Amino acid sequence: MNLAQTILGIHFSNPTVLASGIWGITASGWRRVAANGAGAVTTKSLWLHEHRGHPNPTIISTEHWTLNAVGVPDAGIEKARQEIGDYMKDKPVPLIANVIAESIGDYGKVSAEVLKLKPDFLEVNISCPNVEDEFGRPFACSVADASAVTEAVKRVSGKTPVFIKLSPNVDNIGAIAAACAEKGADGFTVINTVGPGMAIDLKSRMPILANKVGGMSGPAIKPIAVRCIADVYKATEGKLPIIGTGGIMTGEDAIEFLLAGASLIGIGTAIAYRGDGVFKLVCEEMKAWCQNEGVKNISELVGGMHTALRRSNK
Amino acid sequence: MVTTFVFNVSLGALPGQFVMLWLPGVDEIPMSIALDDGKHLQVTFFAVGDMTKKLAMLKKGDLVGLRGPFGTHYEWKPGQKLALIAGGYGAAPMFFAAKQAAKDGCTLEVFVGARSKEHLLYLKEFARLPRTTVHVATDDGSQGFKGTNVSLLTNMLRERNHSVRKPFIHRIFACGPERMLAAVSDLSFNEKIPSQLSLERYMKCGFGLCGNCVVDPLGMRMCTEGPVVHNELCRKISEFGKCHRDELGKKHTF
Repeated sequence: MNLAQTILGIHFSNPTVLASGIWGITASGWRRVAANGAGAVTTKSLWLHEHRGHPNPTIISTEHWTLNAVGVPDAGIEKARQEIGDYMKDKPVPLIANVIAESIGDYGKVSAEVLKLKPDFLEVNISCPNVEDEFGRPFACSVADASAVTEAVKRVSGKTPVFIKLSPNVDNIGAIAAACAEKGADGFTVINTVGPGMAIDLKSRMPILANKVGGMSGPAIKPIAVRCIADVYKATEGKLPIIGTGGIMTGEDAIEFLLAGASLIGIGTAIAYRGDGVFKLVCEEMKAWCQNEGVKNISELVGGMHTALRRSNK
Repeated sequence: MVTTFVFNVSLGALPGQFVMLWLPGVDEIPMSIALDDGKHLQVTFFAVGDMTKKLAMLKKGDLVGLRGPFGTHYEWKPGQKLALIAGGYGAAPMFFAAKQAAKDGCTLEVFVGARSKEHLLYLKEFARLPRTTVHVATDDGSQGFKGTNVSLLTNMLRERNHSVRKPFIHRIFACGPERMLAAVSDLSFNEKIPSQLSLERYMKCGFGLCGNCVVDPLGMRMCTEGPVVHNELCRKISEFGKCHRDELGKKHTF
């Protein structure tokens, strides 16, 4: 049974990817996650200049969901140069560099700088629900903005594949994906956090997060992620690879994401629920499922739901 | 100014673990636990930053949020001879370790150190524990030995003819400033006495997601695989005793 795939020319030994925003702020962190079995790692969102996050509390977790409003803190491009530079010298697994900006022009600038560091993929975060106050609605929430960002990044991206990270908090994720694809997006990461949500402490009657609201992740959001992946896959006719992320806890969750149309699967919050061994666990569970079902290569499963639907409609 | 809070709640914490302490509308910070006896949870802190100053102004009955306990803890075997090195407010978690280890029949040599006598904590509480000897060191000599608590222990190992074959001390536990921890780490390595050190790094979530407390080059998260780290592992952390990262991930030297 083979978990390996080659996607847009990059070899992945297994489909698990460390999702952006979790653990990965340093080269040593990415190496550690790779040693724990991840097939690839994604950086935390990189800004051109220093960007301060929100005050604490920034993350809270329950059995079903996690809310975060970390606020995308980052030291700026110089730190990215040091850490990515260090990682690329002796890279255990592919690196996906996630970039963020406050204007369409800055998306182009930060992408150009980060691309000099030769990441395997560029992932463009246009969907962070945590930074809305600073620049209105996230770019991922309108067809015009999302395609303008894609265009700006594609202008500087050369041969490096560009993945646009989409928001689930829209009523037309398929149309947004199709518009980005038209501007040359090479793939999509689906989805960013859901919401925003809020949690209130009963005794103090105060919102728990200092930012009051935060993006929701964890097992509760999985069905939303599956639907969004299916929508994006359908809107792009399955032609562009999807990194499916949002609530994956187990190998069977991962299989469900592949059937919806994802080729790679992002794991983040599950680290809090199942520990740092979650990448290996998910891979073992995927293998067990595939062996049981007689699946030889996981790439056979990608988009399987759409095939099954077509067959049943005939 | 030193403040101690006692909460009417137990989180089932073990010595060396920490809680995230929340003051609604202000901040949430990690704080080491000074005691959890199954009925009460206790923390002790100096009012140095905005958050701790505001905390210190609270009155009995005011609301404070607690999340946890998080992280690793000190480990010993019943009846062992332990040296506990406490620097500054590191005395608080060391007291928790001392109290529990004393219950397990351990013999304790406690070395409490601080800049000056006003910063010495938990001396009376340590002195009340059975099979416990308290040694005091201050940088300015205002109380006890003039110098560091680590040099006090170093002298004592020499006086008592400590050897690997006939150990005066089985294990060293330490909590305090990182320079002190680095000195303990060297002593522990040279004298071949296993040690467990509590490392402090900037933390946000406390349960292994945000990645802020990751150390180079191992990539370990100090909220989850720390704060209490065995010395063999600690000596593989190249930034140990040298630098740490701020909330943006930027490196600063100690």
